[in-house]
Amino acid sequence: MNLSQTVLGITFDNPTVLVSGILGITSSTWKDVAKKGAGGITTKSLWAKEHRGHPNPTIIETEYWMLNAVGLPDAGPEKAKEEIGDFMKDHPVPLIANIVAGQIEEFAEAAKYIAPLGPDAFEVNISCPNVEDEFGKPFACSAPDAAKVTAAVRKVIGDTPMFVKLSPNVDNIGEIAKACQAEGADGFTVINTVGPGMAIDLRSRMPILANKVGGLSGRAIKPIAVKCIADVYAATDGKCPIIGTGGVYTGEDAIEMMLAGATLIGIGSAISRHGAEVFAQVCEGMQYWCTNEGIDTIADLIGGMHKELATRKS
Amino acid sequence: MSSISLQSRLPKTYRIKAITQETEMVRTYTFDGSLGAKPGQFLMLWLPGVDEKPFSVAFDDGSETKITFFAVGPMSEALAQSRVGDLVGLRGPFGTSYEWEAGDHIVLVAGGYGAAPMYFVASEAVKHGCTLEAIVGARGKEHLLYLKELESLKHVSLHVSTDDGSVGHKGYNTEVLDQLLEASADPDAADPPIDKVFACGPEMMLKSVLTVSEKHSVPCQLSLERYMKCGFGICGNCVMDPTGQRLCIDGPVVPGHICKKITEFGKYHRDDIGKKHEF
Repeated sequence: MNLSQTVLGITFDNPTVLVSGILGITSSTWKDVAKKGAGGITTKSLWAKEHRGHPNPTIIETEYWMLNAVGLPDAGPEKAKEEIGDFMKDHPVPLIANIVAGQIEEFAEAAKYIAPLGPDAFEVNISCPNVEDEFGKPFACSAPDAAKVTAAVRKVIGDTPMFVKLSPNVDNIGEIAKACQAEGADGFTVINTVGPGMAIDLRSRMPILANKVGGLSGRAIKPIAVKCIADVYAATDGKCPIIGTGGVYTGEDAIEMMLAGATLIGIGSAISRHGAEVFAQVCEGMQYWCTNEGIDTIADLIGGMHKELATRKS
Repeated sequence: MSSISLQSRLPKTYRIKAITQETEMVRTYTFDGSLGAKPGQFLMLWLPGVDEKPFSVAFDDGSETKITFFAVGPMSEALAQSRVGDLVGLRGPFGTSYEWEAGDHIVLVAGGYGAAPMYFVASEAVKHGCTLEAIVGARGKEHLLYLKELESLKHVSLHVSTDDGSVGHKGYNTEVLDQLLEASADPDAADPPIDKVFACGPEMMLKSVLTVSEKHSVPCQLSLERYMKCGFGICGNCVMDPTGQRLCIDGPVVPGHICKKITEFGKYHRDDIGKKHEF
């Protein structure tokens, strides 16, 4: 079965995408991850100017969950130009440039310098839960704020497709998606990390992360991600492609996200257990499942749960 | 991949059991516990409330773990203030280790505090019938490490070099390596030929070890250093150009022929925000 899809005019050979924040610092890494099977790459969050992250420990993990407060470090435009420029020369798979900022106008500033580098799409990170001490509540926690950021970025990127990365840590994620859609968001990345959460060392009685709290990811968050994807899909009437992200380790995880409404599948934390080979493994799992179930077109899965529920109502 | 399941990715705190002052700036801390580290692997060491950094394992015998460090930055200076009984978090072990065959004749090249993991290699390799030539180099006599420990091992010959000539060969340890490999290539040499070169020290020294080993067609394994955060291959901070290899997974011990493919080797490294810095 062919796993390729054209999403917002961009052709992805398979639905898996490297999520932002994982392994995304250099062009060498993006190329390596693409070579190992990812259908698309998302850069680590890029700022309009250099930004320091948090001290270590920044990432800890158990079998069930991962907790991170890396704090969005980035060396700024000069490095981004060099790395994106290098990747776009070969352009093995689509590149999604993830941008972040503390102020609305800085989102536009970041988008403005990145747009001429020619990324296939933008992903606007308004939902990082571990820089609250620095910037307050994420923009993704308020529909008007999320809409303002979307509008500011749309103004400077022309027709380039834009995904807005949403937070699960809100009362009504669908309402926030709708507000962004109205201001020019083409699609959504659902979800950013959950929480934030905290882990304490028993003997020292200290929080382990230097930032004390961090975003929760890994296997444990998949049900939250599936629910949020379903909510965003329903709120936007299935018109906005969703990059479903959060706890995908297998082909069946990916299919569940597609049934909830995802078009593309973001993979991150699973790399810590399976390496970048996980992209190929998830694709193989999807192929196997679809072949067994007699499904010929991957796109038929998208929003499958909503369609099934609608059938049963009527 | 089997070692990954044994790896701890959440720090566990241990009390410092003993502190040895090796030189003015270098100390060895002993912890009562083992993470099952092999020679060449590293641990992430967390000083609660301060920072967490990668440290080479200086020794792990299955019941005790040692690290040897040089108080060089804010984290290691704070660590140097710790006392016996203080709590330090450890997670790992991470990365690759030095690999040898039973009965190998191995040269160890240690620069500065690289002597600590080289002693760990020697103490394990002699158990497998290996013969070792340990070249320990430093700026001067007062900076040499682990000489007594290396000397105490059977089947280990010690060679010393200092930049200032205060003891041993005056010059670089790589000059001693060149001489040993040259002598070993002589068909009339008394000792069996040298099978492998292992090195740990500053990157410019490693680059020179690679050149010298290649000249004599002897394979080498080099321990590299990059800025690390997670230690288990997902943050991407320690990736190297142009292969995109993660040093925490594909290193820190990297075979010489792979180092040759890493164009940044001996040229630059990246800091905590991914910015390049030349060596």
